[in-house]
This record gives sequence, C-alpha cells and structure tokens, in this order.
Amino acid sequence: MRGALAILSKDLRIEWRTRESLASVFVLGVLLLVVLTVAHDPTPEAAPALAPAVLWVSFVFTGLAGVQRGFLLERENDCLAGLLTAPVDPADIYAGKLAANVVLLGATQAVVVPLTGLFLHADFWPVLPGLLAVLLLGNVGFAALATLFSAVAARTRARETLLPLLFLPLALPLLIGAVQATQAVLAGGLGAAREAVAVLVAFDVVFAVAGWLLFAYVVRD
Amino acid sequence: MRRSFPPLVCASMLAALWLVFMAVPTEREMGIVQRIFYFHVASAWVAFLGFFVVAGASAVYLWNGARRADRLAEAAAEVGVLFCTLVLVTGPIWARPVWGVWWTWDPRLTMTVILWAIYASYLMLRAFGGEDEAVRRYAAVLGIVGVLDIPLIMVSVRLLRGIHPAVITRNEGGSGLTDPWMRAGLGVSALALVLLAAWLIALRMRNARLGEEVAALRREALAHGGEAA
Repeated sequence: MRGALAILSKDLRIEWRTRESLASVFVLGVLLLVVLTVAHDPTPEAAPALAPAVLWVSFVFTGLAGVQRGFLLERENDCLAGLLTAPVDPADIYAGKLAANVVLLGATQAVVVPLTGLFLHADFWPVLPGLLAVLLLGNVGFAALATLFSAVAARTRARETLLPLLFLPLALPLLIGAVQATQAVLAGGLGAAREAVAVLVAFDVVFAVAGWLLFAYVVRD
Repeated sequence: MRRSFPPLVCASMLAALWLVFMAVPTEREMGIVQRIFYFHVASAWVAFLGFFVVAGASAVYLWNGARRADRLAEAAAEVGVLFCTLVLVTGPIWARPVWGVWWTWDPRLTMTVILWAIYASYLMLRAFGGEDEAVRRYAAVLGIVGVLDIPLIMVSVRLLRGIHPAVITRNEGGSGLTDPWMRAGLGVSALALVLLAAWLIALRMRNARLGEEVAALRREALAHGGEAA
C-alpha cells in the first residue's frame, strides 16, 4: 500500500514537472472533438444526440495516448528495472500506476467533457451527479485494462501500434456500456441506466482484479 | 494418436457432407441456403472451444511454464481465429438471401466480430513479439483476459439491441430443429469440425516444436562454427 502511494506520487510529480502528457492530452482531445463533430456535421437540433458517442470516442483515443506515454517513460533509462529491484510488490506497482492513470484520465475527461457540451449543445448541468458517476466508472475500467496492457505493449518491439490493437477490442464492452449509460443519464437520470451501469461496474471489478493478479507476470524478468 | 486423426476427420467429414446435402430435408421458409447452418453453427462452437482452450492452456503456462501449454495456447488461438473467420464468412452468405442484408449489428454478430478482433490481436502480439519468453507470458495474460471479457461482451452487446430495431426476431436456434435428420446433421458436422480443429492444433503444435528444435540446433551449429574459426 505504501509502495503504491509512493509510485502514485512519483508518477504525478514527473508529470507535473514536464506537463507533457497533460499538454498532449489537451490538444489531442480538442482535435478529436473537432474532427468528430465536423465529420458528422450535425444540425443544431441533432447535435446533442451525438454527444455520448463523440465524448467517449474522443476520451478513448486521447486517454490511450496519455496512458501509453506513462509506460514508455518507465522504459527510458531502464526505470522499470529500478522499480522492480525496489522492495515493492508488483501488485502495488500496478495499483500505483492504476491510480496515476485514473488521475491522468480524469484530467482528460475534464478537457473532453465540457468541450463536448460546448461543441454539441448538450446541457450536462442538470444531470451532473449521474454523469460524474458514469465518467468515474468509465475512467477506472479504462485505466484498469490500459495499465496492464500499456506495460505489455511498452516491452515489445511495435509498442505504439500494439497498444490500440490489444486494448480496443477488449475495451469494447466498456465503450458500449459507457455510451449507453451516458445516453440514459442525459435522457432521464441514472435510474434508467441500470443495466449499462452494471456492465461498467462489472468491467471495473473484473479487470482491476485481473490486472492486480496478472501484473506480476507482465513485469517479471 | 496423431495418426488416427486423418481417417477420423475424413470419415466424419464425409458423413457430415452426406447428411447435410443428401439426408437433411430442405428448410421450408429459408430454402436450400439454410444448409450452410450446419457448418456455420458448428464453426462457431469450435471457435468458442478454441478460445477457452487458449485460456486454459495460458493459465497452465503461467502456473508452471510448460512449453507444451504455450504451444497449445498459440495453436488453439490460430485455429479459433480460423473458425471464427469461417463463421463470419458463412454468416453473411446465409444472411443475405434470408434477411436481405449481408451484415446487421445483431448482438450475436457484434459479439463474434469483437471476439475475432481480440484473438486476431493475440496473434499480432505473437507475431510482433517474436520468440521470447516474455512475449509468451504476455500472450498468456491476454489469453486469460480475453476469456474474462467474453461474459462482459455478451451482456454489453445486448444493450445495443435498443438502438437497432429487430431486423432479426428469429435466430439460429429459432429455425427449429424438429427433424431428427437436422439434429443428426448438426451433431455430426460439429463432431467433424471438432476433430478437424484438434488435428490442425496437433499439427501446429508439432510444427512449433520442430521449429524450436531447428532454432536450437542452428544456435548450436553457430556456436561450434565460432569455435572452429
């Protein structure tokens, strides 16, 4: 537990000193929103209906780029080897990395979500508590799976291409659940989204536990 | 064991072909094209079976590091993707005359294409990673995570039904296998395809083992060559 906290604060401090991930996440998030909105070219009346899909697709690709950087940094100068020689349980390394990614993805959402509302005339204020719950569930599930597979992808030859290939098909249940839950929240509150929220919760639990148990096999040398 | 596969596969395949094309009655509403069902559904079963074998063998590999388990996982993934591809090819051939479209985002179709993508990415990981002990572990992790994802996919694609109006109210099971010849046709073609898959997996595992032996011999020869020089 103390190891996980140490890794979390280390990762956040590295990120805060350069702010490189945050900067790239911000620009990429804005770009993806513009690309998706322009490609749809919706009428003002039709625009809000696109918000859930545009929001989550932008989040998935922006977040993937952000999470990927986290482990590539660990590779430079063999930082990971140092991390593994430290007296920290690999499961704690996973927990620390997962927490750092949740923070980074939360920053991504803080960029993507308000801008989606702005660009697509979607009014998020009245449903904010329900929307925040769905955003958090989507964030944690995303981070649980992406933390495990960014470690895998960073240690193979074709790193940059491999992470989306491995991650996207596995994350499709999360994407479907998140988009459906967001739609339901915008239409009538969290109560209408019970099934979709159940998918998100199950996804979070299954992959947080799987990642925690399997991470040792990924980083072991 | 390995030598008994060719005659078994040939015999069961011929029996399946005879049943499907000679003995089974033509389905009343869908007509002759419905006969693809016997290979389509049986292929889906074999693909699923293959993916569960990947997960089981992957867990064994992480547990005790047995190379045989790793070779089994890789071979089962290849054969599973092959049969999953067959499902995705035979499905549209059947769907076009019966439903009027080649593809629809029915939960079952969506799930099949997601599964195909997961195990295709498994094969990409193997191909990009190369022959490395670490890559075998990564593949084993992916093999286990892939199967954990299956129930989540099954539940989540059901949510999609809400947006896509029911193009399909009748699915494979609904075609009603009342005729005993139809049941026999499905059973025997499933048996034939399971045997074929087992044979392919056995061949692929042997192939991988021989490849590893050749690589080891080559390393040895190079080492000796180095000494001589």
